[in-house]
Amino acid sequence: MADILVFVDHDKGTVKKVTAQMLTAAKQKGGTVTAAVFGEGAAAAVERIGAFGASKAYVWEAPEADQYATEPQVAALVKAVQESGAQVVFYAAEPFTNDIAARAAVRLGAGVVTDANDVVFEGDTAVVTKAIFGGDMTSRCRVKDGHIQFISVKPNAFTAEESGGSAEAVQLSVDVDDNAKRAKIVDTVAQSAGGRPDVTEAAVIVAGGRGLGNAEGFGLIEQLADTLKAGVGASRAATDAGWYPHSHQIGQTGKTVSPTLYIGAGISGAIQHRAGMQTSQTIIAINKDPEAPIFSIADIGIVGDLYKVIPPLVAEINARKG
Amino acid sequence: MRIICPVKRVPDTAADKKINPDDNTVNRDASEPVLNANDEWAIEEAMRIKERTPGTEVVALCMGPDAAQSIVRKALSYGLDAAIQVTDPALHGSDAAATARVLAKALEGETYDLIIMGNQSSDARSMLVPAMLAEYLGLPALTFCQKLEVDGTTFRAERQTSNGYQVVEAQGPVVVSVVEAINEPRYPSFKGIMAAKSKPLTTKALGDLGVDAGEVGLGGSRTQVLDVTPRPPKQAGDKVEDDGSGTVGAKAIADFLTAKKFI
Repeated sequence: MADILVFVDHDKGTVKKVTAQMLTAAKQKGGTVTAAVFGEGAAAAVERIGAFGASKAYVWEAPEADQYATEPQVAALVKAVQESGAQVVFYAAEPFTNDIAARAAVRLGAGVVTDANDVVFEGDTAVVTKAIFGGDMTSRCRVKDGHIQFISVKPNAFTAEESGGSAEAVQLSVDVDDNAKRAKIVDTVAQSAGGRPDVTEAAVIVAGGRGLGNAEGFGLIEQLADTLKAGVGASRAATDAGWYPHSHQIGQTGKTVSPTLYIGAGISGAIQHRAGMQTSQTIIAINKDPEAPIFSIADIGIVGDLYKVIPPLVAEINARKG
Repeated sequence: MRIICPVKRVPDTAADKKINPDDNTVNRDASEPVLNANDEWAIEEAMRIKERTPGTEVVALCMGPDAAQSIVRKALSYGLDAAIQVTDPALHGSDAAATARVLAKALEGETYDLIIMGNQSSDARSMLVPAMLAEYLGLPALTFCQKLEVDGTTFRAERQTSNGYQVVEAQGPVVVSVVEAINEPRYPSFKGIMAAKSKPLTTKALGDLGVDAGEVGLGGSRTQVLDVTPRPPKQAGDKVEDDGSGTVGAKAIADFLTAKKFI
């Protein structure tokens, strides 16, 4: 069975959902499970890392991890992989962790397969199932023999389950040379209100599009999202119009999401948008236009005015939640 | 200043996607060649820098078969000065790491201050090549850039995060990958399209780069595709017409959510 190192995605010590999911999958499918956790709060994360299945956590909490982009963490990840002797590395399919893994993989001569929806081991080889072409096709890929296997895992590909274990914390000693400090982080700006799940991680997403007509319409989208504890998405038309931040854009040129439930309001469902969400398990559409392409992939579609439908829908959901 | 714009030829999203059944590679000939959309934002950003910085040269770099030449000319039509195309049959089936390595080798001996490209391609979407290219070149990378400021040799990028952005600064040369939010690309002018035909296009094969065929392509890549299966198209479900009050539609959705145990 393959030994798996999980590269922990955390926010100042709070382990993200995808990390708990990766640790669970590693524990269920692999041999020895270890974790690599860096940056502010790393030590505080060790308890949860152990609870979800790692027996050892390589911890590096030096200031360089948070002061410089990417490369210090690359050095740390390479060191953790080497010390763990792991054949497989799971990491979150998120932009910044992807960068770190990409560079670490080059240094280690590793192969990288991205966006796993499932991983099945054949001996020590991880066979990854992923959606391609916006979900039109499914592909199975693997890293060839003789290379460490880096695999990025999509949020919600696996379910998190505590196994009640604990992880031994091992302090990692990382050599950060001047070359690793070339990209200095000078500021971090948070623009959206916290509290909502990230659109790439959310199990439920409510998305708004051109049919909203204006930025204020997203207030309704947010209301519906909050009643379902959902993340908020937007079509390209809406983000191009400046109605919602680009980081929430779902589509071919934006984020690809595969939530358990996707509700699109005022979104026609052009192919570029569908490429970003059509693998969602359940799809609900609200649109005035009965010919909107989104209806062809919706499990239930409402032909109607979203401004009329959403307020009573929010009320009805709240009433049924009791 | 000298700027390199790596560009990729991808299938048309709107066209039927085809996979070559004998080797599970993308059949890019199945549709009209398309310049990867995200690379258009990178080209636009390069052109804006060129327009405000006299003496700037912008060069497109493309790894692709002969048929990719049309998208190299398309890149040139935006006003770029020259292009390098790396083409060799042995490259067929190269994965992200092999691609990044070849692009890096193609830039060996070239001078540049900035390498700017899309953060992902619309076919593979792995988002690996920019970081890997930077690693092979030994450069810092400022990825997912939604705003780029250039001050002499200092590059300052706003990197898009899930709830805002991170501001990162580095001395050139750097690799920058851009996201859609960065700008609104221009349309090539007729003059640009005509001029593209005679802009210098240098073609390089693997031998010119000192790369062995065994290190690239289907055989040389570290990853492989085992199989590709079309997904059955999703069946459309019920379509309910609201009566204009909103309550019919609201109830239909609420009932559906209850039945499916979402609430």
